[in-house]
Amino acid sequence: MSAHDGRELRIIGFLCNWCSYGGADTAGVARLSQPTDLRIVRLPCTGRMDPLFMFKSLFTGADGVLVSGCHPRDCHYSEGNFYARRRLELAKRLLPLLGFDQRRFEYTWVSASEGQRWQTVVTKFTDQIHELGPAPKVGLSPETAARMAEAG
Amino acid sequence: MRLGVFICHCGSNIAGTVDVAQVAERAKSFPDVVYSTDTLYACSEPGQEGIVQAIQDYNLDGVVVASCTPRMHEPTFRRAVERGGLNRYKFEMANIREHVSWVSKDQEANTAKAADLVHMAVEKLRQDRALFPKTFDINKRVMVIGGGVAGIQAALDCAEGGLEVILVEKTTSIGGKMAKLDKTFPTVDCSSCILGPKMVDVSMHPNITLYAYSEVEEVGGYVGNFEVSVRKKATYVDWDKCTGCGLCMEKCPSKKSYDAFNEGIAPTTAINIPFPQAIPKRAAINPDYCRQFIKGKCGVCEKVCPTKAINYDMQDEVVSEKVGAIVVATGYDLFDHSKYTEYGGGRYKDVITSMQYERLLNASGPTSGHIKRPSDGKEPQNVVFVQCVGSRDKSVDRPYCSGFCCMYTAKQTILTKDHLPDSQSYVFYMDIRAPGKQYDEFTRRAMEEYGARYIRGRVSQIYPHGDSLIVRGVDTLMGTQVEVEADLVVLAVGAECSSGAGELAETLRISYDAYGFYMESHPKLKPVETNTAGIYLAGCCQGPKDIPSSVGQGSAAASKILALFSRDQLESDPQVAQVNQARCVGCGKCISTCPFGAIQEIQDRGGNPKAEVIETICQGCGLCSVTCPQKAIQLQHFTDNQILAEVNALCQPMMEESFES
Ligand code: SF4
Ligand code: SF4
Repeated sequence: MSAHDGRELRIIGFLCNWCSYGGADTAGVARLSQPTDLRIVRLPCTGRMDPLFMFKSLFTGADGVLVSGCHPRDCHYSEGNFYARRRLELAKRLLPLLGFDQRRFEYTWVSASEGQRWQTVVTKFTDQIHELGPAPKVGLSPETAARMAEAG
Repeated sequence: MRLGVFICHCGSNIAGTVDVAQVAERAKSFPDVVYSTDTLYACSEPGQEGIVQAIQDYNLDGVVVASCTPRMHEPTFRRAVERGGLNRYKFEMANIREHVSWVSKDQEANTAKAADLVHMAVEKLRQDRALFPKTFDINKRVMVIGGGVAGIQAALDCAEGGLEVILVEKTTSIGGKMAKLDKTFPTVDCSSCILGPKMVDVSMHPNITLYAYSEVEEVGGYVGNFEVSVRKKATYVDWDKCTGCGLCMEKCPSKKSYDAFNEGIAPTTAINIPFPQAIPKRAAINPDYCRQFIKGKCGVCEKVCPTKAINYDMQDEVVSEKVGAIVVATGYDLFDHSKYTEYGGGRYKDVITSMQYERLLNASGPTSGHIKRPSDGKEPQNVVFVQCVGSRDKSVDRPYCSGFCCMYTAKQTILTKDHLPDSQSYVFYMDIRAPGKQYDEFTRRAMEEYGARYIRGRVSQIYPHGDSLIVRGVDTLMGTQVEVEADLVVLAVGAECSSGAGELAETLRISYDAYGFYMESHPKLKPVETNTAGIYLAGCCQGPKDIPSSVGQGSAAASKILALFSRDQLESDPQVAQVNQARCVGCGKCISTCPFGAIQEIQDRGGNPKAEVIETICQGCGLCSVTCPQKAIQLQHFTDNQILAEVNALCQPMMEESFES
């Protein structure tokens, strides 16, 4: 089931291996239907989530970015998600300066047993992105893009 | 680079809602892909052989398998790729089952999404480098946390296997809940007769060190090399001197202490040995009730103790132990029935819990096994059992079944009849859950042979009536309201996680579920492993279970450890951080960020400070990678370039598309 008629938007999820990735698996095993827009990138820990990945995603065509990890205090690496929370909160506040709606980026905590919670999170976030529509393509002309690609 | 892609049907699990052939076809257009195919079951033997064969036939440098979650089969496929002659890290997985085919039925959208995930995996794989594990020595000692029957079994099995074991128990004696029970179902074995010898074995075993009245405070390190600090709480009695003679208990003037072992049905003395078979059989003072602590004067036990073991100035002691593996067997707590105000909420003396009843039945309990009701010491005639108190009830946040209450209630009705042949037991139940060996037969015996009257329905209210109680409920089979006059009501309370379970999980870095029970690595295939290597689970800390299952898990955890320790060295995961010395400016930010202390400062030839990762300590979280302002430290297999390659794979097509229009 696709929750949305018409065109899919591009949503990237960065999930920690231990909790949220497992939570998404649990949702799958329980066949909890979800919108199809989200693609998941697996990270060892949300502490590995460089805000750069979020900016890069939004700059190069993603319409929304979702980060999800273990609940605070339940981190496999003891405190990775605390670092993540601090960094991501700051990064989120920068978004308007860069011309993006803050709501294009969210971070949440979902544990490996919370399949249903994951379903809710994905559905809500996807709805939110659909409400916002496709992200503005900020200042990237094909030439800049090419230059950027060249610069690696 | 020559890459191969395998799209798994997983029977109809994936193929049912994803056009796998089309995904395989599209994969051919991804960079460096020279071979792409779909396969019925990639993880099966022919599936894996197909991968090995393709690596050789097409001279592949890397492989992508699109199938189930990597949390399931990544190790399987890594081994296959290795058999094909590649480095195991030249492999990537796309999760097109849990994250695609199982969560949406839209074939077109699913196929597109699956292709995207494969593209992402291909781009990541193009950045992958061969990684090689290092080996390190293991410390072949085991720590078992929790001295209930599961922990005892794990400790004994490990010790029998020749390992040195440290058993940490938070109360003053091992034995756990089982030591409190009178008899066990379905054999009506005497609980302490089967547990007692095992407890003695623990105390006698040369390989087992027991820390009673102790708690784990901190855990550092990693599989093979954990360092655990254990707080040995002050007992105010020198256990090297105490012989367990019990003279202090006889003479202690403070006789109103709460008796945790007897579930508070009778008081005890401020200095006590919890029960006659306690291991270690040593006295401890409860300072909350001791006159020496409260009023500053008494000192009776000090005077009477023949071995001069009493020491009112004793302090907690923290000891540090190095072990290679840890078994967590911290058990469960009983549900607090006072949440049910309609059942008296703890106000009526003759409404007691199943465990309190167990103590009344027990010959070594405070009534010497005579069933006397708490209010007036009379023998009850009608005993009413109420099942599912704190089980299968969403309204008290205990929607799960505790699993053993049906059985222990049946047992208690049988024992009641044995003790009081003229008595009548009534049981209010929702369903009878008796799935174990000989279990259903047992509950039937309770009804047919011992005449327990089972009434299917919930109890709505319990209220006093003269010197007895009225239990009002519904009989759903008859469709009528029923009222039973009871002399004693026994609430079959359910199980919940033990207090402090969450904090301990955080210390151990293992996960727990919504109810505080610890999570196994896989519910079917890894029932005693946790997601943290080297830490295993046994017994009710993982979820409510009966004695046979707890013992089974204790043995299983022990055998896992014996297998782990059958090697002298372990391979470390090479997915660790690495510093590019040329880029590192020695700012030390990573050093202060790493939660594991895995980064140290070194000096290069010119005497400049640089960071260096200690590979065996690094856990691979990647915190440091994000911290480093120079981007000098990178987590292998999850480098910036690798993750950005995945981002690019997902975003580029959209970008091109948007510029076209
Ligand atoms: S990845 Fe970095 S921060 Fe994490 S454990 Fe290793 S060295 Fe420490
Ligand atoms: S944070 Fe980066 S630059 Fe600073 S010491 Fe660590 S590796 Fe070197």
